[in-house]
Amino acid sequence: MGEALRRRKWLIPWLLMLPGLLWLLAFFVIPNIRMLQIALSEGTLLTGFVGPPEIWAWANFPENVARFAGNFVNSLVYGGLATVLCFLIGYPLAYTIAFRGGRYKNILLFLVIAPFFTSFLIRTISWKVILGNDGPFLAVIRDGLGLVPANFTIIGTPLAVTAGLTYEFLPFMVLPLYVALERVDKRLIEAAQDLYAGPWRPGGTIAGALIGGGVAIAVGVGLGYARFLGDGADLMTVLFWGLAGVIPGILVGTAMISQAFLRITFPLTLPGVFAGSLLVLIPAIGDYINAELLGSPKTQMVGNVIQGRFLNQNDYPTAASLAFVLMAAILIGIFLYARLLGTEELQNATV
Amino acid sequence: MSDVTASQDAQVPRRTPLLRRVTRALDRYGLWIYAALAIGYLLTPIAVMIIFSFNKPQGKFNFVWNEFSLDAWFNPLARPGLSDALLTSIIVAIIATLIATILGTLIALALVRYAFRGRSGTSLFIFIPMTTPEIVLGASLLTLFVGTASIEPWRSIIPAGIFYPLGLNTILIAHILFLISFVVVTVRARIAGYDRTLEEAAMDLGANEWTTFWRVTFPLIFPGILAAALLSFSLSIDDFIVTNFTSGLTNTFPVWIWGTIRNNLPPQVNVIGTVFFTVAILLVIFGTGWERRHDLLARRRRGVEGGASS
Repeated sequence: MGEALRRRKWLIPWLLMLPGLLWLLAFFVIPNIRMLQIALSEGTLLTGFVGPPEIWAWANFPENVARFAGNFVNSLVYGGLATVLCFLIGYPLAYTIAFRGGRYKNILLFLVIAPFFTSFLIRTISWKVILGNDGPFLAVIRDGLGLVPANFTIIGTPLAVTAGLTYEFLPFMVLPLYVALERVDKRLIEAAQDLYAGPWRPGGTIAGALIGGGVAIAVGVGLGYARFLGDGADLMTVLFWGLAGVIPGILVGTAMISQAFLRITFPLTLPGVFAGSLLVLIPAIGDYINAELLGSPKTQMVGNVIQGRFLNQNDYPTAASLAFVLMAAILIGIFLYARLLGTEELQNATV
Repeated sequence: MSDVTASQDAQVPRRTPLLRRVTRALDRYGLWIYAALAIGYLLTPIAVMIIFSFNKPQGKFNFVWNEFSLDAWFNPLARPGLSDALLTSIIVAIIATLIATILGTLIALALVRYAFRGRSGTSLFIFIPMTTPEIVLGASLLTLFVGTASIEPWRSIIPAGIFYPLGLNTILIAHILFLISFVVVTVRARIAGYDRTLEEAAMDLGANEWTTFWRVTFPLIFPGILAAALLSFSLSIDDFIVTNFTSGLTNTFPVWIWGTIRNNLPPQVNVIGTVFFTVAILLVIFGTGWERRHDLLARRRRGVEGGASS
């Protein structure tokens, strides 16, 4: 046996990988092919499915995408916004840990991943408690400070779903950003400073304040627009949101946004930004727990429809076609990404 | 302003001292304040989970603070089905971790140590399940398990109980599937940089492949394997989405929560969450301490050898 192996050396890696690859083939590739087949079928679980090769129900795809277009839009909007928010919250955090962390780096990183040590569901339930109508957040801003009208609610709105998604996936953004920032050669920044790329004042402060304030108002008004522009509309609420964004913007902008940052640090960390964005966007788009626990029937995402059709209504063809569209969209995104930056970069950033 | 009189003094800044002092303070502390806020945001739900484990809810749902009580802590399993669900979670996590760690480590070894045709393709293939949304993994497995195995002719061909009806088997299959990729990536990153000359030295000294592997290679890559196993365990025990699709009538802890939350939410959920959190934190602390001691000993040994050879 050993002799035969030595002669066929190329076989060794494949023998090592065989059991794992077979597992992936049997329970990842084949199920996905089977799912595509069911997506192209008609019928229910009880009557049995009639599908390829007898029937090729290609119409399932456009029909279901059109029928659940609103859910796809919800997924894209909430997932996309959560990604942007994760970036805005995560980048300064990763920057602080990487550039100012010193000997506290490991402790800070540990605190960033600490949420992973509790259950995903329990964390989301905690947000339901915090943001609930009798919860501490509204107790402060509604009852204590009187910033929002008495009928203001957060649970059930797109705002709550986006907030939940942002929270859930923030560590996925911070870790690759941290890795990318750690890799930046600090000598380049020193060189830039020697070449008069000084701090940018008050530009950095103002830029930070504008970005923070703008995003906060946009998110607040965009997601909770009915609450802001409806009967409870008042300037105070909008100003409150703006201020909530401006203050952190100033805190971050003053120290972080400089010429050296804009010209060197940030461009060098773009691969980390892309990796982090994918790691947030992919699970956020497919998520249905936040929409279920923090949202309302109006905020259902594609994931809610897929899960309901599969597990409650046994409508496999519809659910399978939706899941397949979701999967295909994400795979296309990843292949484009791999073309642009290479797979190694993405995998390195993940760890 | 007061600095009109002190303008001669070199120690006092001449221009707008207040603004400059604010800027300097922002420069020094701004990012730290921000980081503290962000980390506070990350930890708030954990604090809420712990605090609400001491709550005595007024109704069926543990959503609003009522009064302090240790009831849930004294009866952490006093809910129908909860202890079974916990047991299932732990059994699944242990078995899935074991199998996935072995399969994944073998793949990682092959990918790092051998240059062969199809290597980058294989590594992309292994990466894809990690980037597939969990809902797609779960849904596709459901179509295989139920949409295929419950229908003739497959029903007669596939031995009963493996795929259908859904249960412990199918949860295990699903967990091992999504854990393999994580194990490969983790182990690979840890062993990519290790010193191959040690293996060559062992072979030169007459050790065969088998001895070399167990006496040299394995101890070197063991920390990476352990890290992968710990990651797998925590991912498996916490998984909800894939499990929800593949569990059928069997409950794991997260699936049990999902089922109960429609009718009630007892503080026992928070108690168990808190216990899991504490155990995980302690494991990490001990693990880091162990690794540091390990490194220190290794460095000391190397130092002695270096001293002897010079």
